[in-house]
Amino acid sequence: MTDIFEKYKDKLPGAILEEIKLESKSNELTQAEIIRALDESVKEYEAALIAPGEAIGIITAESFGEAGTQMTLNVFHFAGVAEIQVTRGLPRLIELFDARKEPSTPSMEVYLKPEFTANEKTIRRVASFIKEMKLQEISSEISLNIMKQSVDIDFNEEKIKLYGFKKEEIIEKVTKDLKNVTVKETKKGITITSNSEEVNLSMLYKIKENAKSVLIRGISKITQVLPKKEDSKYVILCAGSNLKEVLNMKEVESKLTTTNNIFEISSSLGIEAARQAIINEALSVIENQGLDINIRHVMFLADIMTQTGVVRGITRGGISGEKESVLARASFETPINHLIDASLTGELDNLKSVIENVIINQPIPLGTGLPGLMSKMKKEDKKGAKK
Amino acid sequence: MIDVFLNEAFIGSVTDIHEFMESVKKQRREGIIPTNLNIGHDEGLNEIHIETTKGRCRRPLIIVENGKSKLTSELITKIENNQITWEELTKQGVIEYLDAREEENAYVAISEEELTKEHTHLEISPITILGICTSLVPFSNYGSSSRLIRGSKIQKQGLGLYAKNFLIRNDTDASVLHYAQRPITTTFMHDIFNYDSRPSGQNLTIAVMSYEGYNMQDATILNRGSVERGLARSTFFRPYSTTELRYSGGLMDQIGIPDKEVKGYKSEKDYRHLEDDGIVFTEAQVGSEEVIIGRTSPPRFLGSLEEFNIAANTRRESSISIGEETQGIVDMTIITENEEGNRLIQTRLRENRIPEIGDKFASRHGQKGVIGMLIPHIDMPFSSRGITPDIIFSPHSIPSRMTVSHLLEVLAGKVGALNSKLIDATTFDNPSEESLRKQLLELGFSEDGKESFYNPITGQKFDAKIYTGNIYYLRLKHMVANKLHARAAGRVQLLTRQPVEGRAMGGGLRVGEMEKDCLVAHGAALLLKERFDSDKTILHICENCGMFATYDYFKNKAICTRCGSDTKVSPVEMSYAFKLFLDEIRTIGIDSQIKLKDKF
Repeated sequence: MTDIFEKYKDKLPGAILEEIKLESKSNELTQAEIIRALDESVKEYEAALIAPGEAIGIITAESFGEAGTQMTLNVFHFAGVAEIQVTRGLPRLIELFDARKEPSTPSMEVYLKPEFTANEKTIRRVASFIKEMKLQEISSEISLNIMKQSVDIDFNEEKIKLYGFKKEEIIEKVTKDLKNVTVKETKKGITITSNSEEVNLSMLYKIKENAKSVLIRGISKITQVLPKKEDSKYVILCAGSNLKEVLNMKEVESKLTTTNNIFEISSSLGIEAARQAIINEALSVIENQGLDINIRHVMFLADIMTQTGVVRGITRGGISGEKESVLARASFETPINHLIDASLTGELDNLKSVIENVIINQPIPLGTGLPGLMSKMKKEDKKGAKK
Repeated sequence: MIDVFLNEAFIGSVTDIHEFMESVKKQRREGIIPTNLNIGHDEGLNEIHIETTKGRCRRPLIIVENGKSKLTSELITKIENNQITWEELTKQGVIEYLDAREEENAYVAISEEELTKEHTHLEISPITILGICTSLVPFSNYGSSSRLIRGSKIQKQGLGLYAKNFLIRNDTDASVLHYAQRPITTTFMHDIFNYDSRPSGQNLTIAVMSYEGYNMQDATILNRGSVERGLARSTFFRPYSTTELRYSGGLMDQIGIPDKEVKGYKSEKDYRHLEDDGIVFTEAQVGSEEVIIGRTSPPRFLGSLEEFNIAANTRRESSISIGEETQGIVDMTIITENEEGNRLIQTRLRENRIPEIGDKFASRHGQKGVIGMLIPHIDMPFSSRGITPDIIFSPHSIPSRMTVSHLLEVLAGKVGALNSKLIDATTFDNPSEESLRKQLLELGFSEDGKESFYNPITGQKFDAKIYTGNIYYLRLKHMVANKLHARAAGRVQLLTRQPVEGRAMGGGLRVGEMEKDCLVAHGAALLLKERFDSDKTILHICENCGMFATYDYFKNKAICTRCGSDTKVSPVEMSYAFKLFLDEIRTIGIDSQIKLKDKF
């Protein structure tokens, strides 16, 4: 039984073999029937394979390009609905394929473990722990006290109560973050004094400015949270992205939580995850615009972008800049630079790709231009064969 | 203290804004200071600006004081009896013009009923939000705004009687419609604008239906019978002009039939339309590339020695001939002098343009399309009353564009035509659909404007009733006769050896970057190569140094001038553009060599 499948190991992918194995078991197929099923599968599989010499790159580019012309260029806001603004449409697609280090609107979808999604209250609580909160937000006044050479901070009592802060907790955070300062409790809030011996006004001013942005709760970079029910599941949509920190939270379901920052995914979850993230992001844009682009084009693009283990964009600094041919690179962007660089190292263009051959007007090595005819020469005697 | 600026220059300051502004306005209304002065208070900057410069866009409004319009009913009756003019109204301080800045301080009521004490001005009519062209669209308050914009733009392209003195004018690209009519469905602007004397379209009988698929995708079907009876026929005028230029050394151009010795002499046939003075005779039928003004010019680049050389002294042919693929009848010739005193000859060609497949037509509602088919009268669907439509309009043009005004015009046109009355369909003030339906019913027609139609080929009645009526249609200036173009071999550019661009030059249609991508995506490698063969050349490359070799046609042998005669030189086929590219690269100091090897 197993050896039949072993025979087809090279002809069919593992997943298909597995499926046939399961199906044949559940349907109690005979040996002959299994072989027939396998043969049929091989036939179908081979028919579905793309033909050699097919210009998949251009077809992918055309598939995106044709649909891209119909995209709404900018959708700014959703009036009336509480939403986090996310770049979509063509601008998002461009930044995705250019592999920009930071998306123009970083955002996260944080899913929670089932035990924390009991009711909306707990979810809101978790959300408030995710949202970055700086000292400035909970204080009503931050002022310089020149007489005492200190920075006085008055708290906003309402907010302190609402978020359940304790003064000790805040003092600890501030002392840790600002370094070399002493923080004392006052009636309305706290007062900060420097530990250094010489204290001048500009130093105090610096302390005041730094104190404003002390992170007292939440995860940095996440500026906005929005708990939302998405088909019976609770999601916290976040503006701003910090995948590593969010995944460290015990309430978070790490299997489902994602960000739209490809590089964060790549560095924390690996390149395969980044590949999948590119596919998901691109598909979501396409779907959002009501377009229909075959997933294989998106997958192909994601494969190209991630195949070296690093996420690279389709830019002159990325994939397009790494083409072998000088003419191909020059025809993409900044031609003069490429030509001069090539001349400095005496580059040789072997004219193996498409663009170069279009430029010099030779048949392109694709489609009908790919195969060459070879005729078998008569075997000559050993002396002649050497030549 | 608030600063006051006159024409953006500081002139002083005032303490009481209100009092100052009111006094200025009062004096302007009384005519003490010029009426073309405007004053505005910029609340953001807290500055008062007075403007008297030209070029500001201003609009008239009725002045309101204490919630009462200054245009009283007495004045209105005076206007109705032509006892008072517009100028007098402005002088009397009833109407004033506001510029953009003063408008910011004004509170304008749209109708007299809504006037309150706070209002400062009253709109003359809500129609003033529309311009001239937009006001010409009937029932425009029933259409969508984007179509209204398109409709008013399209009217500018309509052929008509563009100027009454067109016979003595020499405009470029001018056309005159032969039997222009005023629209049955009019607006107030048609009267104001004297559209009667300069109409630009015709009232056609329209049927909203599809017929044999020739009006799909915005195409329209025209009745060939109607066209043969003169529907939408126009004359196209094309001017030509030339001057007898003077050159240094007393030399000058000569207008006349060129001698046969002249350099570049065409052929006797090409000059056959010219009279003895070298100018084509009026009413001559000239065809493609034939000469209409014969002219010779003195030889170019005369060196000091060559002046005495008889051989070099031959004159150059520089006649004016009409372009490729154009023809016409010579309509008029003017012989005069230009500002410099040189003889100036202007001729005008006339061409009768009968509507043909591909000519563009449009209604006034942004519904434009080209003729998809001209159908003989006997093959046109006819109504039970024996009416055949002039034009068949596709019903698919309506739902997504929401041009209800187009449909209403058909209804109004029908009522107007049957009643022999003009229908005033001014924006915001037009007859209701209900009243039009009622009138149609009274005239003995189905009130919904639909009629039974018969298939002319089988004689059977169509299952559906067809919406039919009369609508004003415009023939637009875009005609196929001016655009049709194709080429096989032809002229090439000197620099790149690629085909030239443009119809006037007999150029090619470019296979561009994206077209190239399509061929690549299909894998049609050899077709792609063949398409780009237009500039192919054979170059001889030295296999030793990789540079271009020279071909010696006397010895029939290619030699590399760098490496001498010993090296192997091979002919290579490539695009001339690439050769040019290599040359250019070499000029910026980058050496480029071609290494040859066998392809297989």
